[in-house]
Amino acid sequence: MSVSLKRRKTINSIVGIVCTGAALLALFLLASILYTLVARGLPALNLNTLTTTMAPTGENGGLANAIVGSLIQVGIGMLIAIPIGIMAGTYLAEYGKGSKLAEATRFVSDVLLSAPSILVGLFVYTMMVATTKTYSGMAGAVALAVIAIPIIIRTTEDMLNLVPTPMREASAALGAPSYKTVTKITWRAAAAGILTGMLLALARIAGETAPLLFTSLGNLNWSTSLWKPMASLPIAIYQYAASPYEDLVQLAWAGALLITVGVLAINIIAQAVIGRGK
Amino acid sequence: MADAPHVSSLADVVGRHGTLDGAKPAIVTRNLEFFYGDNRALKNINLEFPEKRVTALIGPSGCGKSTLLRIFNRMYSLYPGQRATGEVLMDGENLISDKVDPTDLRARVGMVFQKPTPFPMSIYENIAYGVKLHQRISKAEMDERVEWSLQKAALWGEVKDRLDSSALGLSGGQQQRLCIARTIAVKPEVLLFDEPTSALDPISTAKIEELVAELREEFTILIVTHSMQQAARCSDQTVFMYLGDVIESGPTAQIFTNPKVKQTQEYVTGRFG
Repeated sequence: MSVSLKRRKTINSIVGIVCTGAALLALFLLASILYTLVARGLPALNLNTLTTTMAPTGENGGLANAIVGSLIQVGIGMLIAIPIGIMAGTYLAEYGKGSKLAEATRFVSDVLLSAPSILVGLFVYTMMVATTKTYSGMAGAVALAVIAIPIIIRTTEDMLNLVPTPMREASAALGAPSYKTVTKITWRAAAAGILTGMLLALARIAGETAPLLFTSLGNLNWSTSLWKPMASLPIAIYQYAASPYEDLVQLAWAGALLITVGVLAINIIAQAVIGRGK
Repeated sequence: MADAPHVSSLADVVGRHGTLDGAKPAIVTRNLEFFYGDNRALKNINLEFPEKRVTALIGPSGCGKSTLLRIFNRMYSLYPGQRATGEVLMDGENLISDKVDPTDLRARVGMVFQKPTPFPMSIYENIAYGVKLHQRISKAEMDERVEWSLQKAALWGEVKDRLDSSALGLSGGQQQRLCIARTIAVKPEVLLFDEPTSALDPISTAKIEELVAELREEFTILIVTHSMQQAARCSDQTVFMYLGDVIESGPTAQIFTNPKVKQTQEYVTGRFG
């Protein structure tokens, strides 16, 4: 065996060991987070937690209003973000190639993608809370939408760009106007990727706390009105986790576990749906 | 380049094809020029493409043969900065004038691309997609049209039991025949083939070439190819292009056995290009 081959083999095994080590470390961190979450959250996760509203310590309260509040705000946020995000992403990939408007949109969207989420909360505070003079679930939903939109725009554009140009030309060559090509061919070809982008956005906003602090504020009582302060799981976790009372801290863990399990479940379902579509 | 292995020399194959006699021109170009921005890619092209005959466009890479092909269905109009001037006459109508709607034109002039481009849907839907763009027909008529086009493309026997499964599961050669079926389902008058076999294995290539010979009965066919054998085997007329000019055009037998221009002879015998 020559010296250089020996050297190469040594370097190869070192690189292999370093990479495997890094993967194991990442796995260990994730596993320990999940373990802590389950170990601490599961004992507090019972029917009472799911059906009772938040209450002061010692009164055996639950998280029902926070769960419903989160579902409403995340749901409305996604309803706002999905059409805007997909349409804008489609514009960037299919219609606006090389235009000034597309370049500006892409730039602003990328800036928003990395903007601190608390800024989004403050922005919606000045736009909605200050003008309507009340914290509201709707303001929270809008703030979450503002965070989700750039994620959906980016993934939609990237996924559409992966669709080969000959596919579009083949559709055009059959006499399809461009809107048909976009809706029937390119969207379809990129469907799995676009759906993944929506899930990424959903997972991101489901756990966001900062943008809700100044918008939906949180609410200890049962309220489903969109124009009043609304509870949410991240805010409940934020309020309870730092409390001195053991029962409230337990609920915070339960809430964190709920968010994690919820996002995981949606991911698994979506993967199954995508897998069947192929 | 994928070529059927049994062909030993060009002399064996020329002469098998039909004749140009009695065929009236389906498409005529007059003073046709093409520009990518300011770059003149085609210079004063004057050609006639006979009806229900196969014309092969040959020449080295970058000579403008694909550019020429993409004019006939106005594919270039998808891209800003590309434009054609002059006339492309079909039934006395100038195809490249703004008065002709490109989507209507593409129902009359179909195109098959270099790489198979099946749409991400079922085999049946792949064919119905193009038909639905131009016609409203009943389910029964559509079933009939799908079978007819798959028969024509010599694919029916292989897929008739799985029309509802994804077209992406077909082999490369089958995908290309599906693309041909999809194109003829719209019932065009002219078929454009842009190097249709360059991504295929020799057996699939032979099948596509047989298909071209059969489709010639009903369609006017233009085929861009890098394979001299393919041009010699499949075409009635051959056009040799170089750097945006037509160097020589004529009956395939003459271009391959007795070219008038030295450059043509050098190219078809493989000495240049």
